Amino acid sequence: MYVAVKGGEKAIHNSVQLLNAQRRGSLATPELEVEQIGQQLRLAVAKVMNEGALYDPELSALAIKQAAGDLLEACFLVRAYRSTLPRLGYTVPIDTNSMKIQRRISATFKDLPGGQLLGATYDYTQRLLDFSLLDQHDPQSLELGSHTDEKVESVVDIFNKENLLEADVPLPGDPDPIDITREPLHFPADRPTRLQNLVRSDEGFLLGIAYSTQRGYGHTHPFAAEIRFGFVSVLINPEELDFCIDIGDIEVTECQMVNQFAGSKDLPPQFTRGYGLVFGHQERKAMAMSLVDRSLRAKELGEPIESPAQMEEFVLSHSDSLESSGFVQHLKLPHYVDFQSELELVRRLRKSAVEKTHG
Amino acid sequence: MDNTEKTSDHGRFNFAYLDEQTKRMIRRSLLKAIAIPGYQVPFASKEMPLPYGWGTGGIQVTASIIGQDDTLKVIDQGSDDTVNAVNIRKFFQKTTGVVTTEDTEAATLIQTRHRIPEHPLAEGQIMVYQVPVPEPLQRLEPRSTETRRMHAMADYGLMHVKLYEDITHFGKITSTYDYPVMVDERYLASPSPIPKFDNPKLHRSKALHLFGAGREKRIYAIPPYTNVESLGFEDYPFELQRWTQACALCASTNTFLDEVVTDDEGGHLFVCSDTNHCQRTQMIGAGHDS
Repeated sequence: MYVAVKGGEKAIHNSVQLLNAQRRGSLATPELEVEQIGQQLRLAVAKVMNEGALYDPELSALAIKQAAGDLLEACFLVRAYRSTLPRLGYTVPIDTNSMKIQRRISATFKDLPGGQLLGATYDYTQRLLDFSLLDQHDPQSLELGSHTDEKVESVVDIFNKENLLEADVPLPGDPDPIDITREPLHFPADRPTRLQNLVRSDEGFLLGIAYSTQRGYGHTHPFAAEIRFGFVSVLINPEELDFCIDIGDIEVTECQMVNQFAGSKDLPPQFTRGYGLVFGHQERKAMAMSLVDRSLRAKELGEPIESPAQMEEFVLSHSDSLESSGFVQHLKLPHYVDFQSELELVRRLRKSAVEKTHG
Repeated sequence: MDNTEKTSDHGRFNFAYLDEQTKRMIRRSLLKAIAIPGYQVPFASKEMPLPYGWGTGGIQVTASIIGQDDTLKVIDQGSDDTVNAVNIRKFFQKTTGVVTTEDTEAATLIQTRHRIPEHPLAEGQIMVYQVPVPEPLQRLEPRSTETRRMHAMADYGLMHVKLYEDITHFGKITSTYDYPVMVDERYLASPSPIPKFDNPKLHRSKALHLFGAGREKRIYAIPPYTNVESLGFEDYPFELQRWTQACALCASTNTFLDEVVTDDEGGHLFVCSDTNHCQRTQMIGAGHDS
């Protein structure tokens, strides 16, 4: 006689033990240190900080270790931790024009004030496996990146002296942005709300949506006017003080995309903007974000909304990896009851279908 | 519910994990939901240490209302012992230290996925549902801008057409779970994916029913003694599922039965999905026999 399955608690306990053992791997290899992840897997750390929505390189590195390198799982750990943190206040907007620049390129001008600064990039490497990395040899000397302390004005600001580019003006009345971590996403969503969602969104999803705009699903004729990466200062302005306090630097990547625009009945032909800003060095994500930002402005610019990349509810409701990963994987949970209900229905429908054909 | 900033035994997190500000925010949404039965109240759902889609809405509702004197029962598919129910129960044991139970009658708070217990609920009990898709119209119209308008105007023609099309194709309404209900004669609501077998238990129930959808960021409620009508037509009314078999363990004939495959020849038998109810019925049966 079948006896209802018992022992879920013990099974979970054993599963967790096994998980910890597999994460650690063979004891013959040294244990991975969180500091090593922070130093040597910095791009993974940046991804986890963005999608985990928390600028904390150490905890992000810890999450990567705990998740055995599964970056979506690491983002999840960081987000869940983030829920427990109190909101102490808001910073003043960061000023990316004052960035201590480590890399800055423009695809629209050959030379420009401030110059092109290549910095560290995989862009011009040949993607050949470097077998020398199989052996652990520290190089003889390390050339550390430098940055320029010179204030470098954004290309788009220089460019705009001719008014060929739309002005970057705040929303009417310059309202405080909605904080999507404190208010549920609501449609239609304004641009600051959309941008907050895009920063946290899954890089792969965003990349796919951005790519679709380049293949005819909502073409936006983009040009990468400027991509810059470096440190910016974070300032707070406590109510009781009439000056700002610098609470530290964060690394960000900013992308300014300009897009051809034929004009509408209200606007003359000019270039329009798409904007991307992310934590750490994440150019792919910043570029994808700026393409999608521009696509989602279709309604504002009077363009027909025909493609997924232009549909804000489609993009923003499906961009979060915690939501999509959770719901897709919830199919692993037991569904005996729903399935039983369907089973009963299909049997009945088949029975009546058989009766009909034979009767 | 006086849990002001009390910490669990572990002291690492606040009582029931969420901070008091978040709990207050959720309670305000709950009060609104109770005041407008069946209406979906948007709320700023938080990331929880369990994944979206795995009960985060129900967990946040429970965390916001649970007090130290509560007795908690957690079920999934009617069972107290499925892995997800065990995991959620452990989460609350760890973060609140409240008493937990498998006994439906002893519980003050029951968090559930996919079932309503067979034993009738009583006044003062609260059911908390984990809801994957709170919007009953979502599969017919995915845009929330449109479905919100339909709810505002009580324009539910789309759903009636869907049920009508079922009848023309199959001769009957084919929704078997998550069968749509009209709450308090005003709002169309999803009873979370409980089997339609459980729908009548919602009608004028003595208990308070709270529905939390974490991923979709919505809360709704069915207060005690509210009319809950499962949709149907005069000539094709709402129908209950029935089984020709009795439970193989307790011989009940009026419960929801799960089919269990017993061998690789296609052999199967049927047992109660509500494991607590099944065990009680078996015990009572054994008592009579001796």
